[in-house]
Amino acid sequence: MRSDVLIIGAGGAGLVAAINAHSQGAKVRVITKEYPTRSQTCMAQGGINAALGNASEDSVEAHIQNTLKSAHGIANEEAVRLLCQRAPEAVEWLDSIGVCFSRTKDAKIAQRTLGGASAPRACYAKDYTGLKILHTLYDRCNALGIEILSERYLLNLVTQKSISSDVYIGGATFLNIRSGEVETYEAASVIVATGGYSRVYDSHSTNSTSSTGDGLATAIRAGARLSDMEFIQFHPTALKNSSILISESARGAGGYLLNSKGERFTNELAPRDEVARAINEEIQKGEDVFLDIRHLGEEFIDRELPQERKLAKLYENVDPVYELVPIKPVAHYTMGGIEVDENSSTKIKGLFAVGECANHKIHGANRLGGNSLLELVVFGGQVGINAAKYAKTFDKVIDASEQTQRDKNFVAEVKESTNQIDFYEKRTLIGNIFYNNVGISRDEMGLKEALDAIYKIQKELPFMGVKDRSKTYNTNLVEFIEFVNMLELCENVLVCAISRCESRGAHYRSDIPKQNDIAYKAHTITYREDGVLCVNFVE
Amino acid sequence: MKIKIARYMSKTKETALEYEVDLSDVTLLEVLNEIKTKQDATLSYSSGCRSSICGSCSMRVNDREVLACAYKVQDGDFIEPMKNSAVIRDLVVDMDRAYEFNAKAKAWQNSIKKGLNLSEENQTINELQSDCILCGSCYSVCPVYAVNDEFLGPFALTRVWRYVSDKRENEPQSKIDTIQTNGVWDCTLCNECTLVCPQGISSKADIEKLRMRSMASGHSDPSFATSFQGASFDGSPSF
Ligand SMILES: Cc1cc2nc3c(=O)[nH]c(=O)nc-3n(C[C@H](O)[C@H](O)[C@H](O)COP(=O)(O)OP(=O)(O)OC[C@H]3O[C@@H](n4cnc5c(N)ncnc54)[C@H](O)[C@@H]3O)c2cc1C
Ligand code: SF4
Ligand code: SF4
Ligand code: FES
Repeated sequence: MRSDVLIIGAGGAGLVAAINAHSQGAKVRVITKEYPTRSQTCMAQGGINAALGNASEDSVEAHIQNTLKSAHGIANEEAVRLLCQRAPEAVEWLDSIGVCFSRTKDAKIAQRTLGGASAPRACYAKDYTGLKILHTLYDRCNALGIEILSERYLLNLVTQKSISSDVYIGGATFLNIRSGEVETYEAASVIVATGGYSRVYDSHSTNSTSSTGDGLATAIRAGARLSDMEFIQFHPTALKNSSILISESARGAGGYLLNSKGERFTNELAPRDEVARAINEEIQKGEDVFLDIRHLGEEFIDRELPQERKLAKLYENVDPVYELVPIKPVAHYTMGGIEVDENSSTKIKGLFAVGECANHKIHGANRLGGNSLLELVVFGGQVGINAAKYAKTFDKVIDASEQTQRDKNFVAEVKESTNQIDFYEKRTLIGNIFYNNVGISRDEMGLKEALDAIYKIQKELPFMGVKDRSKTYNTNLVEFIEFVNMLELCENVLVCAISRCESRGAHYRSDIPKQNDIAYKAHTITYREDGVLCVNFVE
Repeated sequence: MKIKIARYMSKTKETALEYEVDLSDVTLLEVLNEIKTKQDATLSYSSGCRSSICGSCSMRVNDREVLACAYKVQDGDFIEPMKNSAVIRDLVVDMDRAYEFNAKAKAWQNSIKKGLNLSEENQTINELQSDCILCGSCYSVCPVYAVNDEFLGPFALTRVWRYVSDKRENEPQSKIDTIQTNGVWDCTLCNECTLVCPQGISSKADIEKLRMRSMASGHSDPSFATSFQGASFDGSPSF
């Protein structure tokens, strides 16, 4: 079952990587725990950034400067330059394979303004940008005959030690969700493209329920390093009851934020961290906060924001054409990820990472809206080519039997668990603790309390497990393993957040509200050594 | 509120279980989540975005295809998995075979097109078709599968129309040629697919457009070709 390149995750990042690895003549296999088109990338609404200057004057340099500013000093300027320079080409490529971008009257790709951008820079397809990109990529993969296996859940990466004792990758193990069997897929190189970890906030997140950070947890278990895990972006405008996102394009188009008294209280187009904090302060004061787009008019809303209207009606019972939309900020994007170098390569030879699960150090402490989809295309292209090249020179042996056996045992053990403690309850509990203590505003005491809670729950893990013991399509089992992975990441986030004694971007410490460049203009790095979680700061 | 859910283990329907939940004005997905996490961890279904965009949670309520995350539950509702695909368990069906029709119908743009100048009009022509979320509701409701399980089916044909109508497609003719067998002519134009589509897409209308294009490019309705003699066929298309 060996392939040259194994790609785990079939969102935008995974599929772009697949198309590019294939272009190098590599035998590519993509595996996802859902179906490709169900990946969270389909949820992106606002757009993808590129300084095309189609709506008004813009430049690549302005895009670079906006991105660096929002990153609060800890982005890698070279990586940001690459991202922004390649953006026009990336969008042109998407256009050339059939993505239905909205157009201007003069036959150009339409662009709109998202927060923190000095020009209308986000190319969009109504408010279905991610959907149309993801589906077109999927169609492209079909056209190329790329193998995609669905409903297989990554359990662990297979690592090998060479005689010179450096660690290299050999594939990965999966739970075939349908059959309940543990399967092993060997590969010369592996690309992790499994998306972010915002679901540690449970229902206080805009994300798909699948964004449980499996790839990151697996990577750190295998010996890779994670970085900047404390930086979690809160989106200012999610629906109050369901946490479903109302796109930033609503504010970009001129929507207002109002408190219960009907007053505006912040600049709606400031970067997300500032807007989220302003809203949070209002809520702390006891105010309700609303998004007001009534003045944009029904015709405009139906043309440019149809999904927003539908979601508000369905999940909040309000029609934004006539009514205010109740909102709150919730966890939306995780800047932290598997540490990669300029080639998208991790510490483990042959192991690459891309997309929201990776940290290419382009978002720094706060991502700009529209830069994530861009990252998928630019770095997805790069990583696909690099992984294919690496695979061509691969000449080592792979023996995955040990890892496979370990994972089979693990699955069997989980099924035999006594299950005295319900993990679903703990999952909700962690989500609440994180929203309150590790949210928009944090302080040392709250963070340490949260860490204590996580340690306690880790100790209780052996008393948890599954109630469903069957083999076929056991989502209770999958959700339990996701929960174990999230626990790992919670510890990582907290250790980083406690260590970073300053405020920067999305990491706001109310006990230390100042940015401290002397001590902390650096990336947090976490890794496990003999089971102990270590944290470092590196430039 | 009480609802009933059909429980399957593989192809055999085991039973239908009744659940009582203390929630009101909520989506079916919220109810399923409540049951899964608080009452019965063995209940299986798929979901993801919870906002009607990923297409994971399509199922049938009282014989009608819906997205669980968009459907507000009513007391007494009866929930079942989708039709025309093998049930894996409970409300989960195997969509692999259905999705393969995208590949069989060659639902993609044949080659990469450089140096584009698409007008707003060019772009809006297939905007609706590219809203498809591949939820499979149309596939589940389509009656043709009862007689022909090789039918390319509604969503794959809508996808073909998306690309055929796109200015970026260099070889629309080869796309049309591909969908002649088990394709456009096998549809009964019953319109069921249109009625269930959560995105307001009419595969039936797309299939009619594809038929028109097929005729214009030299293909003919194979059923007319065989039943031609003696019939009142006057040579004009029947729609
Ligand atoms: C509501 C919303 C709106 C957004 N809007 C925008 C926007 O307008 N512009 C923008 O730039 N960004 C936006 N973003 C962010 C952007 O969409 C994401 O960062 C991006 O899509 C992530 O893509 P990805 O390919 O890295 O991961 P995903 O699309 O999340 O894909 C992850 C893949 O990995 C698979 N996977 C995960 N775990 C496993 C496992 N254990 N085993 C096997 N497979 C696994 C999943 O099934 C999936 O296929 C938005 C995000 C959300 C939630
Ligand atoms: S109109 Fe055609 S494709 Fe649609 S459900 Fe009826 S037979 Fe199937
Ligand atoms: S055409 Fe409509 S019903 Fe059919 S798969 Fe697409 S969105 Fe679903
Ligand atoms: S959960 Fe995505 S469509 Fe219902």
